[in-house]
Amino acid sequence: MKKMQLLRDPYNIIITGVGGQGNVMASRLLANVLVNNGYHVTIGETFGASQRGGSVMSHLRVSAESLWSPQIPKGRADIVVALEPVEAIRVLIHYGNPGVKVLTNSRPIYPVGVIAGEMDYPSPEEVRETLGQLSAYALFIDATDEAIKLGNPIMGNIVMVGAIVGLDELPIHREDFKKVIESSLSADKLEVNLKAFDIGLEKVKKRHWGDLKDISIN
Amino acid sequence: MSKLIDQRGDEECLLMGNEAFARGALEAGLNVAYGYPGTPSSEIIENLCHVAKERNLYVEWSTNEKVALESAAAASFAGLRSLCIMKQNGVHVASDFLLHLAPSGIRGGMLLIFCEDPGALSSVNEVESRYFAPMIEIPLVEPGDFQEAKDMTKWAFEISEEIKHIVMVRSVTRLSHGSGNVKFGTLPDNLEKGQADFKMDGPILDPDTGLIFSTPVIYKHQLQQEKIKKVREIFELSPFNTYRGPEKPALLIITSSICYLYCKEALSILGLEDRVGVLKFGTTWPLPPKLLKKHASLTDKILIVEEVRPFLEEHVKILAAEMASEIGIKTFYGKESGHLPSVGEMNPDFVISALCKILESNNYVGMPSDYEKKVGMLTSTQTPRRDLTFCPGCPHRASFWSIHNALQLDGRRGFVCGDIGCYSLAILSPSCGFGTVKTLHSMGSGTGIAGGFGMLRPFGMEQPVLAVCGDSTFYHSVIPALINAVHNRANITLLVLDNGGTAMTGFQPHPGLKLSAMGQETPVVDIVRICEAIGARVEIRDPFELEETREAINRFLEDEEGVKVLVLRQICALSPEKRAGKRYEVRIDETVCLGENCGCNRLCTRIFRCPGINWSREKRKAVIDNVICAGCGVCSFICPSGAIKKEEA
Repeated sequence: MKKMQLLRDPYNIIITGVGGQGNVMASRLLANVLVNNGYHVTIGETFGASQRGGSVMSHLRVSAESLWSPQIPKGRADIVVALEPVEAIRVLIHYGNPGVKVLTNSRPIYPVGVIAGEMDYPSPEEVRETLGQLSAYALFIDATDEAIKLGNPIMGNIVMVGAIVGLDELPIHREDFKKVIESSLSADKLEVNLKAFDIGLEKVKKRHWGDLKDISIN
Repeated sequence: MSKLIDQRGDEECLLMGNEAFARGALEAGLNVAYGYPGTPSSEIIENLCHVAKERNLYVEWSTNEKVALESAAAASFAGLRSLCIMKQNGVHVASDFLLHLAPSGIRGGMLLIFCEDPGALSSVNEVESRYFAPMIEIPLVEPGDFQEAKDMTKWAFEISEEIKHIVMVRSVTRLSHGSGNVKFGTLPDNLEKGQADFKMDGPILDPDTGLIFSTPVIYKHQLQQEKIKKVREIFELSPFNTYRGPEKPALLIITSSICYLYCKEALSILGLEDRVGVLKFGTTWPLPPKLLKKHASLTDKILIVEEVRPFLEEHVKILAAEMASEIGIKTFYGKESGHLPSVGEMNPDFVISALCKILESNNYVGMPSDYEKKVGMLTSTQTPRRDLTFCPGCPHRASFWSIHNALQLDGRRGFVCGDIGCYSLAILSPSCGFGTVKTLHSMGSGTGIAGGFGMLRPFGMEQPVLAVCGDSTFYHSVIPALINAVHNRANITLLVLDNGGTAMTGFQPHPGLKLSAMGQETPVVDIVRICEAIGARVEIRDPFELEETREAINRFLEDEEGVKVLVLRQICALSPEKRAGKRYEVRIDETVCLGENCGCNRLCTRIFRCPGINWSREKRKAVIDNVICAGCGVCSFICPSGAIKKEEA
């Protein structure tokens, strides 16, 4: 396959969320599609005890040339995809820059310290304001709610993968994604996952590009 | 079919580092593999299990790392190619056998792949196990990326077989759990099961047909050192030691493992590729001196980049001192000079900052300063810490709730000695464990320490002593401590938190289960019967039955005599059967929940802290988050008003 030139090389994606949200699966799916399309991909991620209720983060480096470090250097994320909104903010503290694009699931998962009343969780307006201020634009997607409608909240991760593809920043088409999930999911799960993917894809594709700051897609 | 054997040679695909190790072993014609689960190493054995049948392998989760290494050695003694896998601290568990195996020698190629966890992302230590290589005199190699993880595994098997010596292969979390493109080689065609035969009738000291042992010590030690000499020569020509950079670099970076990619990144970002060279060692002990000499001769400054301890740095410095008359005096930078941090994980930013400092260039900015200022202003109150905690539906939360209540009721300042597993998190009060766990060390040590405390009554210690351990940890190394406690009349209560598998690392089987690593039926080694045979008093409870559990613990605490074991049996919330569906639908009856007006002071959210229960600021009452709630129903027992309702789902 002829390789398209990337917007930047390496192109840096961070997928973040809370342990158990399907972060690792989302990063693998994207990376497999990109490797099939002829790119070099490095994923850096951790799993194990660090997952139990904690923040998780996958770093994806996409390059037409070679492998790169499994950890993205400070300030160099191109896209941040968050399965949980506060995790998007947390990632920007170290990896953000004025040009970064943020896609985030709008549904919070409260840390136990917040549940216990020891810490505050920012309001949706505060999250919107902060992510808008710290990015080129931030898109909010009700990925979990959409996934619940499809029958299982865990598919929020697939909705978000669809959303990334909908941005048109990466050399990925729906057919490439379909091919990869066909080889990794059982037939009965295939259709509903494709649906989840399409929902994310369409939501981002159909967005109104006026003021790019702080767009909400519901 | 697994992609590890589905792909044809020359195809490129995305592999996790641990998959690459497995594939490399398959390409080397592996016969057997043994290991004990531990992050970040577990997926190597798991991946080999998936292809065991097709590739005629025997793959085993062993009871602990020492037994795994002994079993792997036996296969090598019988002429098979054999692999042993563990995390960094596993090497310390296995080290007694390792130090005798090194001089005894081996027959079939044998590797010990150990996966370390710099920064302790999933460990209670960030220990370096590379030091075992020089200490016990074992060759050590360190792949620098995913492709090398595969290629060097195959290569290391060949070296091991050639010199008849075990070879250690080091990985780190970012390699084992990272992923990248890997081009496959070919798998051996011959799918016959390897022929195992232990030759032991020849002359006693014959390495191929004699006895296998570490004596006569001086003679065997001598032989071992000759092997190391030979391997040093092989390492001089290794294709896995690479140099990239100008002919005469202003600065030479010497590195190994995944740090190679951090160095590459740093040089690319700073645009220093034509001023700074990178010598990457794939073979880190013994270091090849001629290769080092060649590159060190061409520069005055050397920066050594590695994680965690300055292992490479120390060995490079020793060689450079020996060669000083030929290569001149060098200035070294690295951990010892303070240019790089001496603890925690490495990353490209640390390398960038070291390079800027050494080359006196300060113009690199990772993040524009106005952006950084904005980050500081906006985010400081908006990123509540996400403390680790037990999963929703986790049996451990229920167990520690009962332990806590039993200790409170007992009132004699009793405490728990912790152990290794998800339940280690119980030391993180208040997010987990309710402040009950007071010590945490290595696998099985909770019971050993508790036994020690339990013998201090003659010195006036009156506090009740408890220990916890998981089911897999029980088999791994609790049993000797339990025997010691019984034999020496310690007064302790051990709680075995039996959640039906090696849960933290991903549900690997252990001797208490009916199926082996390869999915074959296997006899169950029963924890209760073992404890009874040792002479402990044993009872079993379901930790989800809070009151019965608490009552049993209190009875054991009041009993002044001997070793008591309470097995708390309830399957992990992440097990496939639990994830298949909720047992209960849980809801808050808002007509019953008094919220902030209740005297409970928000017991459910402030103390119990299951992530499935939230506090609604609008309603000023508890609410269940149905996306998070796992439906265990335990919280229905803790609400003093009875406002948490559960119905069979």
